[in-house]
Amino acid sequence: MSILLSKKSRIIVQGFTGKQGTFHSEQCIAYGSQLVGGVTPGRGGQTHLGLPVFNTAHDAVKATGADVSMIYVPAAGAADAILEAADAGIKLIVCITEGIPVNDMIRVKEALKGYDARLVGPNCPGVITPGEAKVGIMPGFIHKPGKIGIVSRSGTLTYEAVFQTTRLGLGQTTCVGIGGDPVRGLNFVDVLALFEADPKTEGIIMVGEIGGSDEEAGAEYIRKHVTKPVVAYIAGVTAPPGKRMGHAGAVIAGGKGTAADKFAALEAAGVTTVHSPAELGSAMVKLLAARKAKAKAKRAKAKAKPKAKPKASIAVQSKSKAKAKVSSAKAKAATKVSAKTKTKTKTKATAKAKAKVKPVVKAQKRPAQKAARRGR
Amino acid sequence: MNLHEYQAKELFRRFGVAVPAGHVASTPAEAVAAAKALGGSIWVVKAQVHAGGRGKAGGVKVCKTLEDVKAATEAMLGTVLVTKQTGPEGLPVHQVYVEVGSKIKRELYLSLLLNRDRSRLAFIASADGGMDIEEVAEHTPERILRVELHPAVGLSGYQARELAFGLGLEGPQIAAFEKVMRGILAFYLAHDASLVEVNPLIVTEAGDVLALDAKINIDPNAVYRQPDVAQYRDTTQEDAREVEASKHDLNYVSLDGDIACMVNGAGLAMATMDLIKLHGGSPANFLDVGGGATKERVTAAFQLILSNPNVKAILVNIFGGIVRCDIIAEGIIAAVKTVGVEVPVIVRLEGTNAELARAQLAASGLAITPASDLTDAATKAVSLAAGH
Repeated sequence: MSILLSKKSRIIVQGFTGKQGTFHSEQCIAYGSQLVGGVTPGRGGQTHLGLPVFNTAHDAVKATGADVSMIYVPAAGAADAILEAADAGIKLIVCITEGIPVNDMIRVKEALKGYDARLVGPNCPGVITPGEAKVGIMPGFIHKPGKIGIVSRSGTLTYEAVFQTTRLGLGQTTCVGIGGDPVRGLNFVDVLALFEADPKTEGIIMVGEIGGSDEEAGAEYIRKHVTKPVVAYIAGVTAPPGKRMGHAGAVIAGGKGTAADKFAALEAAGVTTVHSPAELGSAMVKLLAARKAKAKAKRAKAKAKPKAKPKASIAVQSKSKAKAKVSSAKAKAATKVSAKTKTKTKTKATAKAKAKVKPVVKAQKRPAQKAARRGR
Repeated sequence: MNLHEYQAKELFRRFGVAVPAGHVASTPAEAVAAAKALGGSIWVVKAQVHAGGRGKAGGVKVCKTLEDVKAATEAMLGTVLVTKQTGPEGLPVHQVYVEVGSKIKRELYLSLLLNRDRSRLAFIASADGGMDIEEVAEHTPERILRVELHPAVGLSGYQARELAFGLGLEGPQIAAFEKVMRGILAFYLAHDASLVEVNPLIVTEAGDVLALDAKINIDPNAVYRQPDVAQYRDTTQEDAREVEASKHDLNYVSLDGDIACMVNGAGLAMATMDLIKLHGGSPANFLDVGGGATKERVTAAFQLILSNPNVKAILVNIFGGIVRCDIIAEGIIAAVKTVGVEVPVIVRLEGTNAELARAQLAASGLAITPASDLTDAATKAVSLAAGH
């Protein structure tokens, strides 16, 4: 399993015959993505890279049954291309284009609410489900099918996380570059929800950067809804306020959107944060190992005390319920890891939180589970 | 892209936002002529720089005679104004704005900007005009009013009234305030602004509602379709190296440290700066050379970096994706040879053809320090900079 994209995805390319569109389409085809055609107004009926070219996205969808579109249309026409894709019935729109005026994206974002379409980007590297399909400009060969979901606002920084998880043998389920613009399609929260629901994804790496408060929203979502281990990094600790750091959305404005605030929000939500991007992969390995060990210990404990939990009741439980239990055990296991990996003061804070949580654990079960998640 | 106050007010007039009468001047004689043309007996001379906090820094003078206007202009032109917002290096004053004095009854705050959390524009208003709005928001958040605009609707009358009544306006001021809001919104959309801030928006003793100051930012992504506004760019108000970088399509931001970085990708570039800090050093700049790091771009980047005399080491951090590392290595070798780099250069290359690239760098005979990974690169850069 994966999210958003699979080998069954039927992909068209808007801005197909341009320089960027041609080059990256070739790369995507070479990776194994199922490209079924492209759109370049005025060149309908022609063939490009062995695939049919259409004048409009509607024509392309009608003829090919495409459900994914990859957009390389230049900035001046990209907002229009996104709307055209949505109107043609495309379900996943991946807009690579950088430099779309923000006011255009405000209107696009509102207009998309009327469609059953998801937008990734703009100004992003795209989406890849390793071993199945890539829709974007990322180098395919650094990826490896596996169990980590990666979501990031940055391109090359995503590649670092990918490279590390590949080297360490974890691999990736799907990697989503949500892009560096202030107004965009999918956000951290949306992608976190997809990864949480994906049974193949065992851990999530989140790479944020300064500007806005989407990482804070992601942290809040994790605290409430995510049971899987999350490792996060935020770029831009040293970025000066008021300066746009390459990405249109990477700017600290009015004292808001600092890396420190984002780190704090994520840590408060129990996320394992790393202050060096070089540690994203290794932190995830540790986190997964600790969860596994804890889950094993818990199972052993449950076996040793058969009275505590009658086996029969476990046996009749549905698979999903059993899984839920394991994940809550995992969540508890992670509490320890995060406490260890954090700095002294944070360890104290987590310890305090734990101390406060303890009596509740005995008294009531449900809040205890919630607290454990929070503690992670 | 930022605009000067006089440019912003020129645009405001076009969109029906009331402002006090005024003229821009580049010489004391022009300033006096402007004051004469404006008439009256009180003028305000304001230094034109891309920064706020001018009043406290001596960049705003109230004058009661034409001699005063001349003297104030002479004192400002050609100087460097250092305000709370400019940093210690300050900004040069090449023009002043001469405006008729206003009898101020109330000072309000009004701005229009993107609410990123909601992907919508929002008007922010406060009765505490003339103050630092961030401080008002922090200490007395209840004194900040806001309304959010639906992209298909724009500003509704009720929203304007909500703010007007919230600010304690009354009678004809309410309609005047709504006119200001509508003008600002029309301008914002027509010219692809990313921020319009009026601080203060004043109510005069006569009951007029006027924009006494104006700060406008234009969305850099949209400058291509705003030729009128693009003409307003004043590069003397920008960092010289940042201006130079923009000519080569490089994203560069000056910082005050001594380790220069050259990176592909904005996120990785920020992360590289952070790594330098994490390992005890201090970054001299943010520099994203982009995906297509050709020899020409790399050379231009090296020249840019080395124009900063504080630089004691250069850290090159490239993750070659689609771009091959060996091509980048060739670029680095050529650039180092052409530019003549005298500080240590630490290079970390990863990704496509990284090993070939490392071999090329080693065989070049140049004093390039290879780094095996991110941590190694940062540690080496910090220690070499300290030793240089």
